[in-house]
Amino acid sequence: MRSFYGVTLDNPLMLGTALYPSPAIMADAFATSKAAVATVSLRREGSVDQAGQDFWNIIRDLSVHILPNTAGCHSVKEAVTTAHMAREIFNTNWIKLEVIGHTDTLQPDVFGLVEAARILSQDGFQVFPYTTEDLVVAEKLLHAGCEVLMPWGAPIGSGQGLNNILGLRSMRAHFADVPLVIDAGIGLPSHATAAMELGFDAVLLNTAVAKAGDPVEMARAMALALAAGQAGANADPMEPRDMAAPSTPVIGKAFLE
Amino acid sequence: MKINVNGELREITSPNLADALDELGYGDAKIATAVNENFIPATLRHDTELVQNDRLEILAPMQGG
Repeated sequence: MRSFYGVTLDNPLMLGTALYPSPAIMADAFATSKAAVATVSLRREGSVDQAGQDFWNIIRDLSVHILPNTAGCHSVKEAVTTAHMAREIFNTNWIKLEVIGHTDTLQPDVFGLVEAARILSQDGFQVFPYTTEDLVVAEKLLHAGCEVLMPWGAPIGSGQGLNNILGLRSMRAHFADVPLVIDAGIGLPSHATAAMELGFDAVLLNTAVAKAGDPVEMARAMALALAAGQAGANADPMEPRDMAAPSTPVIGKAFLE
Repeated sequence: MKINVNGELREITSPNLADALDELGYGDAKIATAVNENFIPATLRHDTELVQNDRLEILAPMQGG
């Protein structure tokens, strides 16, 4: 099994912590799905309410790996500074690196992403880059020091699933030894299954669970779907073919015409 | 002196970042800081002097995807 900077995960689900109806439902979603990783972020803290401290107490009790993000950062400097602040707060070298390039699609600015990844890797960070399925960008990210790649399935929060199966399959084939995570775009359990059937190592999702009518049940469904896809991939699936092939033997068939 | 704290003008008397955080009410909160868009590690807060019109960002854990 491929590891993430030396960490082997018991469960391929990386689950976000945003958008839930309540903190209790979020905690239940983690408990039910047994997600191995929680993504978190940083925001301005008021001196009066100090909401971040309450959230931190909940996250700490989940006993999962913490993956801070640089969500909302549109420049290299902003992302690098945010990463440093996240490392101090969450006490981890892991960083989900986002350098957003377009406000409508939230697609990554891959040029800034590579630059930020290089800076952070040199500073000792273990970078999980939110990228596209572009193989050239992927090569540059690996060269910059990344040991994990996280291509999008579809735009963040869209729930569209895997928009470019061919590109993702190509990525899996080209980087056979690199841990690959589908990050963003998952809407249904079947999308998660498809990602694992392609040979991906994990799926990072948030909105599909948090905005479901029953987030805890959807978290359970996602975990089951990921396990099914992973088992299917491990079972060495048959090759598809264009024409039908009878599964019932024709030898010995009665002549009844 | 007046400094900008998370986008709002605040009047403080503390000469350095560590004391300013206490004065602003953050105490032992789990926070990270940046002054004028540069990260200031917790270990350097005492040695970081603040001057008029500095821009201080105080961040804390938050939900994220």
